[in-house]
Amino acid sequence: MPWTGIQADGRRDCEVYGADGEAGRQLTYRDAIREALDQALGMDPRVFLIGEGIDDPGGVFGSTLGLAEKYGSLRVMDMPLAENGLTGVAAGAAMTGMRPVLIHMRVDFLPMAMDQIVNHVAKWRYMTGGKVSVPLTIRAITGRGWGSAAQHSQSLHALFAHIPGLTVVMPASPRDAKGLLMGCIASGEPSLVIEHRWLYDLKEVVPEEPFLVPPGVGLIRREGTDVTLVGVSHAVYDLLLAAEQLATEGISAEVLDLRSVRPLDEALIISSVRKTGRMVVMDTGWKRCGISAEVAAVVSESAHDALRAPFRRICIAECPAPASAVLEDAYYPGCADVVACVKGLL
Amino acid sequence: MKPVSEILIELYRTMLRIRRFEERVVALYPEQQMKTPVHLCLGQEAIPAGVCIHLGREDQIFSTHRSHGHCIAKGMSLKSIAMELYGRETGCCRGRGGSMHLADPEQGIPGSTAIVGGSIPLAVGAALSAKMQDNGRASVAFFGDGASEEGSFHESLNFAALHHLPVLFVCENNQYATSSRLAARQPDTGIAAKGAGYGIPSRELDGNDVLAVYRAAGEALGRARAGKGPTLLECRTWRWMGHVGPTCDVENGCRPRDMHEEWLSRCPLEQLRIRLPESGALSPDFLESTELAVCLEIDSAFNTARHSPDPDPSQILRYVDGRG
Ligand SMILES: Cc1ncc(C[n+]2csc(CCOP(=O)(O)OP(=O)(O)O)c2C)c(N)n1
Ligand SMILES: [Mg+2]
Repeated sequence: MPWTGIQADGRRDCEVYGADGEAGRQLTYRDAIREALDQALGMDPRVFLIGEGIDDPGGVFGSTLGLAEKYGSLRVMDMPLAENGLTGVAAGAAMTGMRPVLIHMRVDFLPMAMDQIVNHVAKWRYMTGGKVSVPLTIRAITGRGWGSAAQHSQSLHALFAHIPGLTVVMPASPRDAKGLLMGCIASGEPSLVIEHRWLYDLKEVVPEEPFLVPPGVGLIRREGTDVTLVGVSHAVYDLLLAAEQLATEGISAEVLDLRSVRPLDEALIISSVRKTGRMVVMDTGWKRCGISAEVAAVVSESAHDALRAPFRRICIAECPAPASAVLEDAYYPGCADVVACVKGLL
Repeated sequence: MKPVSEILIELYRTMLRIRRFEERVVALYPEQQMKTPVHLCLGQEAIPAGVCIHLGREDQIFSTHRSHGHCIAKGMSLKSIAMELYGRETGCCRGRGGSMHLADPEQGIPGSTAIVGGSIPLAVGAALSAKMQDNGRASVAFFGDGASEEGSFHESLNFAALHHLPVLFVCENNQYATSSRLAARQPDTGIAAKGAGYGIPSRELDGNDVLAVYRAAGEALGRARAGKGPTLLECRTWRWMGHVGPTCDVENGCRPRDMHEEWLSRCPLEQLRIRLPESGALSPDFLESTELAVCLEIDSAFNTARHSPDPDPSQILRYVDGRG
């Protein structure tokens, strides 16, 4: 899919994530995912990958490149265009001793598998009184831009985060892309890893050895005292840019990366807001019944007294993603919206 | 190979255990202590019996909302099923599943679904798992005629055929989905024909003839274990009760009386008894002692179930995930 490649590559103005001058090996988000899969396959014979075209020359935007050659077509398996059925197949394999990783190029294909994910995968452990677990990990990528439009750019994490029994993580950086993916595979829980296409070229120092980031633990990516900026996935990137700009104007913003929207790190949100007294939540998804509402509710319920200003939410426009570049610009909020919003609170 | 007489006895005993279990549910259900929707399989006993006799404990079956018969035939204890129907902590799913989600992984039953067609791909996944682990196991998907209209059925057949997976698709064609007859729902090609479309050996057979089911399932599972891929069996049958609950739905016009009576006359247990007088395996003595033993087993299962402890409400969140 070259169109998103052009757009994503053209956009990067800040390539390196994490502390300036941090020593160690740098990896892109894409290669961090690939390394996680490679190591999981290498360490655990129960792990296998399955997805549409995962063994083709594109290799799911490069994230599965070379793995079919290395592990063979049974462990890195192409699949029919049958998302719901194959989610069930992967789930059945997971129930009987395997650790499948099901890969979708687009988050937009997940609704095809709603029945298996929501009715079966998420509930099986509970329905069987804890006797049968479903250690299935599903990767799916949110696209954006270049006219990808309504059915190729969705961010549906809130839909899935509503469901008890599912884990939903959204890595914002290369290190987390590896650690959270390995963390999900190792957790034994049914997990959804929602990646963002626009993060694929970001670089960060990523440990070479396998490591796990446990789902449910958020991260303060930048410390601050005046306002807490909460985000997930690509929104974290915008928030970091905004924090940098705000700093030049003497405003100290704390950036909280949720990393995981289910479980949600409520304690981290509450402690940060207690410190700053202000909060802006930015999401890659819609506002209505979305994660930003959930974060706001957590604060209202547990730290309302700490708020010195109303919380604010910055989300995509309440419409399907439009194709026209002009409309896209209007659809996606960015760093400038965050900066303006914070200034309005102070 | 087991001697023929032993096979006949086992088939008969399994059908009888299912029959008497379901009858006990009918008898006790009006007490309203089993607070779970029951989809009874009275009249359909030959299919689980004829299939599961070929399975070892390590082979996997997946079932549906109409799950009692499959689980009994696969070796689940009547007690753990009865306790689940009463919603007890001691039930097979600790009171979290109920009648439509019976499971017992120790007996090779990872579970049952109440979403029509939902467990067919799960059985295919278990077969894929067996192939990857090269452990010689087979899996069976039990489902109804209605499920053959779901996309999951077709997606499952396609994938199983593509990878020659050791799975047996068993369609219990009782000719109705709730009160909707087959002819109102799909073209008259037969369900077996759908399997043929995927290159899967597929057969239609009399699902009330336990020996026919026994033979067809034996062949199919032999092929599956030999790496020759899946088979689809369309077993024609009829349920004696309504779609759900302990009463019949013929009185209120849900299904035609003449067909109902015709199928009642083809009771799977009676047929086995009548067709095999000469074998001597099912002697009057045997029938009587089996009847007694099964009755005692069921008495004990339901008595235990009625007096077993309920789950503790403070534990409602347990088993949502492995963290809690
Ligand atoms: C996806 C889905 N659609 C509809 C229903 C409602 N429903 C429950 S059982 C049933 C009939 C199923 O018929 P069939 O597959 O023939 O099985 P049978 O009940 O005859 O054993 C229906 C429509 C459901 N549970 N799931
Ligand atoms: Mg039916």
